[in-house]
Amino acid sequence: MRSTAFLLPLLAAVTSCSSAPAPAPADPATVEAGHKAFAHLVEVLRHPRCLNCHPDDDRPRQGMHQAVHDPPVWRGPDDRGEPGAHCASCHQDRNATDARVPGAPGWHLAPLSMAWRGRSDAAICAQLKDKARNGGRTLDELQQHLAEDPLVGWGFSPGHGREPAPGSQAALGDTARTWIDAGAPCPPRGEPQ
Amino acid sequence: MKLTVNGTVHDVDASPDTPLLWVLRDHLGLTGTKYGCGEALCGACTVHVDGRAVRSCVLPVERLQGRAVTTIEGLSPDGSHPLQQAWARHAVPQCGYCQAGQIMTAAALLEEVPHPSEAQVDRSMATNICRCGTYLRIRAAILDAAGES
Repeated sequence: MRSTAFLLPLLAAVTSCSSAPAPAPADPATVEAGHKAFAHLVEVLRHPRCLNCHPDDDRPRQGMHQAVHDPPVWRGPDDRGEPGAHCASCHQDRNATDARVPGAPGWHLAPLSMAWRGRSDAAICAQLKDKARNGGRTLDELQQHLAEDPLVGWGFSPGHGREPAPGSQAALGDTARTWIDAGAPCPPRGEPQ
Repeated sequence: MKLTVNGTVHDVDASPDTPLLWVLRDHLGLTGTKYGCGEALCGACTVHVDGRAVRSCVLPVERLQGRAVTTIEGLSPDGSHPLQQAWARHAVPQCGYCQAGQIMTAAALLEEVPHPSEAQVDRSMATNICRCGTYLRIRAAILDAAGES
């Protein structure tokens, strides 16, 4: 019993290292390319079209000024709104042309573990790589999410005069691939936001 | 196209992008569901689709193939739904225009959370606007219907 208890801290330390494994970086030039790719990646992630649905509280934001969502709505128990007032009560599976309500399949908030508001680039990078906080995704699955998820894609086609996130979803996928293939390097901690 | 409303299958001759609200009101004569803002902002047009509250003013009817729509007329055949009875007990409506949407949202809430707290009611009902300001009576009636008052 005593020996088992002795091992628990070690076991906890091992199991807490849940980041998805990244391929070993090839050379300094590749690593540098990885850093540049992440800089572009995080520029997209910080765009209000993406950030508004990655809040660090229970209220989605809207608009380029990131105002609290009006009408008043909350995250709810499963990140899809409150009972009787689900996100999909108003947001359809595509943008509503005449009513101007934005929409995409599976409209919902990112879980709190994926909150980006107020986080540094280094913190966001660590979040992206941490399976405990990124939805259990490997880096390849993360790349697939960025490149193919229609809700991510909405950020580039937001409809009704809304400013899209920079670039395209395909370019975001390519950027993520470059970053991952370079070993998914993160900026040093303490870097300004 | 075929559209199931309140348990009845209707043949509807409407453009696929017609919002459900106008099919209900203009094609099927179900005028209990109201037009408020047309932008899913006020809740007056709330109906159920497969038991979930949706804003019918922004829902193209083409999206409803094989799905079940319930309007205020179909909530109960004789107005005996616990919410409708509680609404009468508390004399909730003032002008009444928003009330069908209020009741349909409340019914969807109670379907998911049979015994909500006051805070839960407030959050779930927050996107249904009542210009007369009957919010306190709405909350009281919902809690009454849920057996929480």
